[in-house]
Amino acid sequence: MQLDVNLDKKLGDFSFTAQFSVTGQRIGVFGPSGSGKSTLGNLLTGFLSADNGRIELDGHCLFDSRRRTNLSPDKRRVAVVFQHAHLFPHLDVRRNLLYGQRRTPTKRRTLDLDAVAAALEITPLLERSVNQLSGGEKQRVALGRALLACPDLLILDEPLSALDRRLKEQIIPFLDRSLRRFEIPYLYVSHSLAEMRLLTDQVLHFGGGRLQVLTDAESLALERLGQDRDGYINHLQLSDPREVGSLLGYRWGRNELLLKVQEKPESGYFALSSKDILLFRKHPQALSARNLIPGTVTELMTHRGGVAVKLDCQGENLIAEVVREAAAELELTAGRTIYLAIKASAFRRLM
Amino acid sequence: MDFLSPTDLQAVWLSARVATVATLIALPLGFLLAWVLVFSRLRGKALLDGLINLPLVLPPVVIGYLLLLMLGRRGVIGRWLDRLGIELIFTWKAAVIACVVIGLPLMVRSIRLGMEQIDPQLVHAARTLGASRRDALFTVVLPLCAPALVTGGTLTFARSLGEFGATILLAGNIPGLTQTIPLAIYDYSNVPGGESGALALCLVSIVISYLMLMGNEVLLWKMRRSRQG
Repeated sequence: MQLDVNLDKKLGDFSFTAQFSVTGQRIGVFGPSGSGKSTLGNLLTGFLSADNGRIELDGHCLFDSRRRTNLSPDKRRVAVVFQHAHLFPHLDVRRNLLYGQRRTPTKRRTLDLDAVAAALEITPLLERSVNQLSGGEKQRVALGRALLACPDLLILDEPLSALDRRLKEQIIPFLDRSLRRFEIPYLYVSHSLAEMRLLTDQVLHFGGGRLQVLTDAESLALERLGQDRDGYINHLQLSDPREVGSLLGYRWGRNELLLKVQEKPESGYFALSSKDILLFRKHPQALSARNLIPGTVTELMTHRGGVAVKLDCQGENLIAEVVREAAAELELTAGRTIYLAIKASAFRRLM
Repeated sequence: MDFLSPTDLQAVWLSARVATVATLIALPLGFLLAWVLVFSRLRGKALLDGLINLPLVLPPVVIGYLLLLMLGRRGVIGRWLDRLGIELIFTWKAAVIACVVIGLPLMVRSIRLGMEQIDPQLVHAARTLGASRRDALFTVVLPLCAPALVTGGTLTFARSLGEFGATILLAGNIPGLTQTIPLAIYDYSNVPGGESGALALCLVSIVISYLMLMGNEVLLWKMRRSRQG
């Protein structure tokens, strides 16, 4: 997907300006509330008209103030999954799912109901009234409804922010899996850096109504080192679980990590806070933490709160955070090999 | 003596016909006006709103008189209708017009209340899924305000059934032709010994109104139930 945007819009005291060209399938739109994220969404769908500028999607002009082109929302082929599912309450799940597909020209219908319903695990819900669905189910149906319209661009507008953390963790895998599988390019609008890191490759960072920078979620996370009370969250891809006593052993590259048994022993992404990693200069003797692995310091990043230590653990990267005094005492320098201790309970499944 | 005389029966039949036709005309008209008031970006909405609601606050006789001025042979619209050979005044159609104008504010108010409950984001969702403005109006807005349409229809029908002031000015009180139940009762009350006839028609009015209210409740209940599915 290729999206070219050059827009100006004044809304009362708020002014919005964005000029970018982005190519890719998984694009994030990141920023705090009031930063212009939603305005961008509304300008792309056509519910707002810019004062000046142009929008081109895959070479197809959606809006051009000079040529007075302004396609109506139904002609733009830009579907939206909203924060609240906004399912049609008078239609059952099946007819909700088919609403967009029925309005899509036959030759453009590349997805079929059964495949999408199966991927989102909503097949048993098809005949139900949407009023009987849980929050997570509603959001999955909303995603299915948008996918089946086979849009040129899907805007996911804070799709998870109305859900609690447990539900979020349940839905992210569905989002990731189905968006990859059905290859619908999307803009993921959110103020959550964690979601950006899991679901996007590039990020349009908005602030004060302006596009600040086109970057990626990892760089944004690194920029925020020391600002987040929970520390930097490492995302670890763990696989091949096996039972090790009362714990589960997962493969992490060439390392093995022991985790406290969580709901099901399945491969996936896990979160580990930089503040949950203890560093030792030498191999410690007996230790309550169940994971002790060697790592080589590759970079030291000093920030206001302390020092972030970038580590290479046999080919896998990890970031730990320590206070300055500890960094001095450990004599941390790039190239030095140290030991990392991590508790088995410090990991949290992301997807 | 029969419970209802032949002219009474004609009055009952005419009342039912006038109220039904007036309701059927006011439904789409009310729906469109409510849509304009709720969803469109039209300027001067307040003005339109005031105009629609005027019959609610004005005495029906005033409405009837104004309509007579407009639709009469020398009226602004009447002159034009006369040239086309259409005669409205003192026919049952005039009674329908009076009932539509008097009932419209109730219809628009009911539908508007229903429409304002609809989350605009639902319409947005439909539009981004490829529905044109009209498509979204008929596949999202209309079904979602169905209960409001039922309520608006019931109120307009009831109001039409009882319409007196505007009807008598515009359609007259011609037994068998434009005499509806309220006009017939009025006639009975003016003649000695007319009490039994008036009472019989009162009874018929009560039965029709009550059946209609029940029907309204049943319909709304069914709609609620199918929504919860």
